[in-house]
Amino acid sequence: MDEASAKPTRTFRIETAGRAPRAAAFAAGVVLLILALLPVFAGRNLIQDLIFLFYMLALAQCWNLLAGYAGLISVGQQAFVGLGGYLLFALTLLGGLNPLLAIPIAGLVSALFALPTALIVFRLRGAYFAIGTWVVAEVYRLAFAQVKPLGGGTGTSLTPSVTSSVPGIEWVKGLLDLRTPAARDVISYWVALALTAGTLAVVYFILRSRRGLALGAIRDHEAAAAGLGVDIYRIKLAVYVATAAMTGMIGALIYLQKARISPDAAFSVLDWTAYVIFIVVIGGIGTMEGPVIGAIVFYLMQRNLADFGASYLILLGTLGILIMLFAPKGLWGLVSERYDLTLFPTRRRLVVRAGDDEKRA
Amino acid sequence: MTGWLDALIQGVLLGGLYALFAAGLSLMFGVMRLVNLAHGDLIVLAAFTILVAAGKLGLDPFVAVLLAVPILFVTGFALQYVLLNRTLGRDLLPPLLVTFGLSIIIQNGLLQVFSADSQRLRSGAIETASIQLGGGIAVGVVPLLTLLSAIAVIVLLNLIFYRTPIGRAFRATSDDLEVAQLMGVDIRRIFAVAMGLAFVVITIAALYLGLRANFDPTIGPARLLYAFEAVIIGGLGSFWGTLAGSIVLGLAQTIGARIDPEWQILAGHLAFLVVLVLRPRGLFPRAQD
Repeated sequence: MDEASAKPTRTFRIETAGRAPRAAAFAAGVVLLILALLPVFAGRNLIQDLIFLFYMLALAQCWNLLAGYAGLISVGQQAFVGLGGYLLFALTLLGGLNPLLAIPIAGLVSALFALPTALIVFRLRGAYFAIGTWVVAEVYRLAFAQVKPLGGGTGTSLTPSVTSSVPGIEWVKGLLDLRTPAARDVISYWVALALTAGTLAVVYFILRSRRGLALGAIRDHEAAAAGLGVDIYRIKLAVYVATAAMTGMIGALIYLQKARISPDAAFSVLDWTAYVIFIVVIGGIGTMEGPVIGAIVFYLMQRNLADFGASYLILLGTLGILIMLFAPKGLWGLVSERYDLTLFPTRRRLVVRAGDDEKRA
Repeated sequence: MTGWLDALIQGVLLGGLYALFAAGLSLMFGVMRLVNLAHGDLIVLAAFTILVAAGKLGLDPFVAVLLAVPILFVTGFALQYVLLNRTLGRDLLPPLLVTFGLSIIIQNGLLQVFSADSQRLRSGAIETASIQLGGGIAVGVVPLLTLLSAIAVIVLLNLIFYRTPIGRAFRATSDDLEVAQLMGVDIRRIFAVAMGLAFVVITIAALYLGLRANFDPTIGPARLLYAFEAVIIGGLGSFWGTLAGSIVLGLAQTIGARIDPEWQILAGHLAFLVVLVLRPRGLFPRAQD
């Protein structure tokens, strides 16, 4: 800050967290603890529902970082969900690896795949980037349909020896007095919880870091951010690769839980991108709270309306369009505008102090 | 040898179909910078419209298309005027999201009305008619008509763009939106007319889609990808470039299919990615973006 432009009686401070977020952090800790202990009380159905909610939330958080902050509107994230899933199958079925070890490796390899992919699709700008990522996802789908050891076009299943080799199953069976499939769900639930909490934490700390400041600047005005010295290309590349790694790990977890994979399901644009986009848009894009709200709304809709099939999807599409047109900041935008509320304090506020009066800008 | 020559000829003819898919997309991008994710689904919707018009009135698809054209022009005009004009602006997300939502709505709407069954437009003898070129090579009449229609559509679009007052307005808004508005161009109406026109092209594309192969409500997104690839391979900003890109794509697919039938689609996608790496602005670029 330039000395001359500031009057000597005033001091400046950049603040990120207020009182509400501190309470929110405490609440988040409590919620996490309750969720971690939930399998002790809850039935298997609820556990399975929550696994679904968790991974959709984690996927939404990744897409939000990509599209909401870095301005990389991808409709091809199913590429990395499918890739992660297939890597899990390859590593466990063909490589004989422990499934829980295969999940982080799947994330790492997804990042390695994301790098050359990015070099190609980054040649397309804006809306063209979106369709380009979709083409890449199709290439992945068609390529995996050619891999005969993993079942080719019809796909394959995890063998019982793999699914029961998940560490900790015996311990959970003994502890909670469950059968093997239910114990497997509990382990998946914990992994999903850890991955989701981890994703939230990673996104949160990225956004609060120097990089996050640059990302916020790109979100608000890309040309202006570039003018202020943000290396747009590098930061976008970093975000693309990081979200690919997280998305790949989530994909691996999803298919460990499903225990059956096929190219059409694993690289489905509807399941892994369309739903995710609706979650983010309905909740509120470009905020961390939005995807959380969106995921809960989506989960409730999915639970109560999914039986309506095509009509449900028409409703979802219509809702997405209406929100985009009339409330582009989503449900969370409506709430936070009215009550000036923040749960994840990633925004920086300039606090100007002149004597006793405090202004917030 | 004959097999390969045949693959080349079929590839060029397939390119004609993709040029019809791509011309509409190219038109929307050229005038209003709109990248329409529902493009493929709109082609399928038009194919079902022709199917119903032909079936209900007992008409040949070629006649039914004449009935469908005004309906779809008005639909396109209204869609742009009422919905899509609201999404245009600096932000990329609204048009992408709204057209993505439309894509899902159209797909599932069609599924609900027509079920997932494969459909086909029936036009009697012309469907299977072919012309012998000698040397064991024959070209189907419908594929040939497709390519000729694509060329005709492109000639007409170029005439409209460069020889008519509305075409002047198209080019003006495309070059500089603000200045065009200052000069008194009503962009809302211009965009709506452009979308209506794009819907006419879509209807023609749908006719040949339905005559050449089976279609069902779920095949839209793949057609969008082909159209998009053709536009990018050809380079933005010129309809002839789009035709060339479509032929490159058609050739890549038929040559891939000739090596292994399972590789047809993959070969097309890979050709697109190769062009993107080597010539990121396409083979015949014109517009700056």
